[in-house]
Amino acid sequence: MTRTHRLIVLLAAIALLGAVAVGATLHAAGRAAEKDRTQPGGPEVRPGPVLLDAPGRTVFRNMAWGPHRDELTSVPAADPGGARTASGVRCLRFHSAGGTGVCLQAVHGKLRDGYRALVLDAHLHERHRYGLSGIPTRARVSPSGRTVAWTVFVSGDSYAGTSFSTRTSIADAASGGLERNLEDYRFFLDGRPHRAADLNVWGVTFADDTRFFATVATGGQTYLVRGDRRERTLRSVHRNVECPSLSPDGTRVAYKKRVAGVSSDAPWRLYVLDLRTLRETATAEGRSVDDQAVWRDGRTLVYSLPGAYGSDLWTVPADGSGRPRLLARAALAPAFPAG
Amino acid sequence: MYLADSRGTPDTSRPAGRATMPGRRAVVPGAVLVLGTVSLVTDVSSEMVTAVLPLYLVGELGLTPLGFGLLDGVYNGFSALVRLLGGRLSDRHGGGHKAVAAVGYGLSALCKPLLLTVHSLPLIGAVLAADRTGKGLRTAPRDALISLSCEPAVRGRAFGVHRAMDTAGALLGPLTAFVILRLAAGGYDAVFTVSGCVAALGVLILLLFAPGRTARATPAAERQRRAVRGLLRRPAVRRLTCCAVLLGLTTVSDSFLYLTLQRRLELSESWFPLLPLGTAAAFLLLAVPLGMLADRTGRRRLFLTGHLALLAAYGLLITSPGGSPALASVVLTLHGGFYAATDGVLAAATADAVPERLRGSGLAVVQTGQAAARFLCSLAFGAAWTAWGDRTALTAAAAGLAVSAALSALLLRPDPAQEQAR
Repeated sequence: MTRTHRLIVLLAAIALLGAVAVGATLHAAGRAAEKDRTQPGGPEVRPGPVLLDAPGRTVFRNMAWGPHRDELTSVPAADPGGARTASGVRCLRFHSAGGTGVCLQAVHGKLRDGYRALVLDAHLHERHRYGLSGIPTRARVSPSGRTVAWTVFVSGDSYAGTSFSTRTSIADAASGGLERNLEDYRFFLDGRPHRAADLNVWGVTFADDTRFFATVATGGQTYLVRGDRRERTLRSVHRNVECPSLSPDGTRVAYKKRVAGVSSDAPWRLYVLDLRTLRETATAEGRSVDDQAVWRDGRTLVYSLPGAYGSDLWTVPADGSGRPRLLARAALAPAFPAG
Repeated sequence: MYLADSRGTPDTSRPAGRATMPGRRAVVPGAVLVLGTVSLVTDVSSEMVTAVLPLYLVGELGLTPLGFGLLDGVYNGFSALVRLLGGRLSDRHGGGHKAVAAVGYGLSALCKPLLLTVHSLPLIGAVLAADRTGKGLRTAPRDALISLSCEPAVRGRAFGVHRAMDTAGALLGPLTAFVILRLAAGGYDAVFTVSGCVAALGVLILLLFAPGRTARATPAAERQRRAVRGLLRRPAVRRLTCCAVLLGLTTVSDSFLYLTLQRRLELSESWFPLLPLGTAAAFLLLAVPLGMLADRTGRRRLFLTGHLALLAAYGLLITSPGGSPALASVVLTLHGGFYAATDGVLAAATADAVPERLRGSGLAVVQTGQAAARFLCSLAFGAAWTAWGDRTALTAAAAGLAVSAALSALLLRPDPAQEQAR
C-alpha cells in the first residue's frame, strides 16, 4: 500500500467510526432528553414548600421523569402514591430525622462532576456543606437530628483501575464538626483488637448521637458493629450483616444478608436481627434487596427495589409475616418524620 | 494488512524511520510519533471507561463494587506472565513486535463494546481482565519498536515524547467521557461505544503506519531460546533489573501516596479525585525535557535521580505539620517528575543494554521485575500502614528507598567503556 492509500483508508475509517460515535451519543442524548418530559400515567408533581418535620408527610427523592426528577418531594404518609410536592432540591441520597436532613448531591462542574453533602434544616435551608471524595451511597440522621452520617464509594486512582473502597463520615449538625473517616476508629473483632489494611466501614444507623451501628468488612466477611463516638471504637456483634437499620425502639436491626445458593447478581435478602437474642428472621420479601431499609414504624420496613424509573419503594412487615406491597413508584430514599 | 507492510514498502523497509534528514540533528523519528499517537488514542479510549466505571457500576447498574480489588494480586501475577510472553513472542522471527502489539491493542479494543453486553460484576471483572491482558501483551513489543526506530543517542527523548503523548491521552480520556455524559445524561452506552471506536482507530493507525519488521537477522528459534535465558547473565541487564526491583520494592503505589497526601496535608475530600491529574500533568510536561536530559547526562543516572525526587516527596509528606494546596502541588510535581525521569528512561536504559534481537524480551524482563516489586511493596506498605499508621509506614518506605537508591548508585556506577559512547 502506498502512503496515499493508507491515508485514504485512515480517513474512511475516521469518517465511519466518527459516524458511529456521533450516532451513539445523539441516541443517548435523545433518551436523556426524554427523561425531562413528564410521562403520562405518572404521579402528579407540583412545585411547592416541603417541610422535613411536617406531621403526616413523607419525604423522598422523586424518580419520575419530568422537570422535577431527582428532587426531594413530599407526599401524604397515608397516600404515598398521591400527588407529590417538589422542593427544587436535588439529591442522590437523602434521609431526615428530628427536623434535620442530609442530602448527598451531584455538583456539575465545567470540566468534571463532583459530589457534596448538605446538612439541611427543616425548611431545606443549607446549614453545612462538605465536599465528597466519591459516589454517594448511604445517608442517615440520628433520631435527635443533631448528628448525620454518610458513606461514599471511592475508586483508587486512574492508573490502578478497579479497586474500590468506602469512606464513611459523621458530622455534627449544629457545630458542623466532621469526623472524616470511621476507619480511624479501633475495631474489635469478637472482643479482640483487630487491625487490617482492607477494612471498610459503611451504612451507619444511629441509636443516639454517640452510639450507632454500622457494617464493617474485612477479609471478605461483613460484620454488624456497635460504634461509639466517645470511645472511638467499633465492636463486632454479628456476622454477615450489611446496611443495618435500627428499629425505633432500638431492639432490632433490619439488614441485607448475603445468602448462599442464589445468583451472585442478586445475593441479598432482607432480614431482621433481634439484638438481645441475635435471632435472625427472614422477611417475606423474596427478592434481592440492595438498600439500607427504613422503619416506617415499629413494625414495617420500607426499602427500594429496581423499577421502571430506577427505583420503587416497597414495604414488608418486620416480623416475617405478610407479604411485600408496593408503596410508591419512581421513588427512593424515604424518610418518615413522625417515627 | 500489516503483513503486506512488513514485507517492506519503500518507506518502512528502512529500520523504522531511523533515517531522518541527513546532516540535521536527529529529531524524533516518524515511527515514534506514530506509536505515540497510537498510545494517545488508546489511552483516551481506556481512560474514558476508567473514569465512568465507578459511577456506571454504582449509579447505573446499582452494583456494590466492594471487594473488586481482591483479585488484584491474581491479575497482577497473570499480567506479569502475559507481559513476559508478549516480549518473548515479539522477538521471534526477527521482530514480530508489530504483530504482537497489534494483538494486544486489538484485544483491548474488543473489550470496549463487550462492556455494553455484560451487567454483572464477575463478567465485568472478566472483561476488564481481558483488557488488561491486552495491555500487558503490547507494552514490551511497543517499547521495543520505539527503541528500534531511533538512534541510540536520542532514545531518551524518543521515549519522553512517547510517554508525554501517552499521558496526554490519559488526561483527555476522562474529559471526553465527561463531555459525552454532559450531552447525554446517563449515556454510559455512548461512552463505551465511542471508546470502542477510538480504540479501533488506534489499532488501525498502528496497522497502517507503524514500522513492520525491525530486526535485521532472523536467528534460529533454538539459538533465541538460549539467548533469552542468557539475558540475565549479561551484567548490564542483571544490574539494571536488580536496581529496578530494588527501587520498585520501595516505591509506594499511587493510591497509597494520594491517601497519605490527603491525610497528612488535610486536603478537602473533594480534592481527592483530582490528585492523579496533578501527577499526570507534571509527567506530561516533564517527560520530554527529562528524556533529553537523560540523553545528555546518562539514562541510568537520571533513573536514579528520579527516585530522589520521589524520596523528596516522601520527605515533604513525613515532615509537613499540616498542609496547603501549594505543598500538595509541590508533592504532585515531584511525583510526576519521578515518573518522567524513570518510566521512559528505564526503557531507554534497558534498550542500551539489550541487543536488538532480544529487545522485546529484555524490556519485558526489566519492566516485569519492576511491576512485581511494586506490587509486593503495596502489600507490605498496606500492612505497615495498618500496624503503625501512615507516617511511620511512609518513614519506613523512605528509609528503604534511600538504601535502595544508595545500593543502585553502586550497582549502576558508570561503566567507563559504555559511558564513553554517550
